[in-house]
Amino acid sequence: MRALLLAFALMLSGAPAFAQVATDATPLRFADTAEETRFHALVSELRCVMCQNQSLADSNAQIAVDLRREVLELMRKGKSDEEIKDFLVARYGEFVLYRPQVESKTWLLWFGPALVLLAGGIIVVGAVRRRSRPSAQADNERTADRNEEQEW
Amino acid sequence: MSDTPDSAPRKSTMRWIPLAIVAALGVLLFAGVLLSRNPNRDALPSPLIGKPAPAFRLPVLHEAGRLVTDKDLRGAPYLLNVWGSWCPACRDEHPVLTRFAETKRLRVIGFNWKDEHADALRWLEQFGNPYLMVLTDYDGKAAIDWGIYGAPETFLVDGGGIIRWKYVGPLTDEVIANELLPKLAQIDSQAGEGKPL
Repeated sequence: MRALLLAFALMLSGAPAFAQVATDATPLRFADTAEETRFHALVSELRCVMCQNQSLADSNAQIAVDLRREVLELMRKGKSDEEIKDFLVARYGEFVLYRPQVESKTWLLWFGPALVLLAGGIIVVGAVRRRSRPSAQADNERTADRNEEQEW
Repeated sequence: MSDTPDSAPRKSTMRWIPLAIVAALGVLLFAGVLLSRNPNRDALPSPLIGKPAPAFRLPVLHEAGRLVTDKDLRGAPYLLNVWGSWCPACRDEHPVLTRFAETKRLRVIGFNWKDEHADALRWLEQFGNPYLMVLTDYDGKAAIDWGIYGAPETFLVDGGGIIRWKYVGPLTDEVIANELLPKLAQIDSQAGEGKPL
């Protein structure tokens, strides 16, 4: 029984040690919570270039670790968030931004969904109008509709 | 069907709308399938193409104490190949790169990234050293300036120090023949004279 307890205690003490190994070997140290908050807000808006569906904040890839360190260094040099983003865009391209800038290349990206919604709206309005036309044509319409339904 | 003459054609065009939507979706999905066939689809286009290579000052793997800068490499084109002893794809690429380096078409410079000195030396000892010179970047700071995010990556820099081409992933004979060599021929013709090495 004692051996069992001991083994259990060892297991418990061992678990955090393994977790430590799995994470970054040299975690970043922050001067204060303001710096930490700003850092986390910034890196969660940046995409990891290696593992393209993760943010820089979430990724454990080596390059993400290096880029996080670089971002913190630039912050300490007094760079603004915009300057840090520009620094990364100049090296890795627009891709690192989760919110791409609005320019001629990205118009479709920004406004495409609105266009599709507009097109859908126009179709719906057209359909509704057709159905609620004056009753002089209503009978013809109804038979036509019925014919269509059967065919579809 | 006793429809009024003007509504009859409208009806029949309306009837095709769902089919058109489905067909458009089909085209979109098919385009997606075609695009995803490209094995290099995740490679990011580098914003550095056409721009001067970033300034660097890096130690040389085989010569303790020697530092090489970007300006030292000016004058003729060179290929910068990013590798690490920890990188399995670099091992796949190694024979291709060796074969290309042996043609002596241009200088092939190694960029030993995030590695250990002894491991890097052992790797080259074991597989052979295709590089004219190996620069080391063990803290990864110069790599960020180059926009490097994985290994292997390969840059073509012309004699004026401008980055002309980048390839992400292991080089193959096809990539060298279809992309690198034409680019190199273009650089040579622009320089007015072919300067091998």
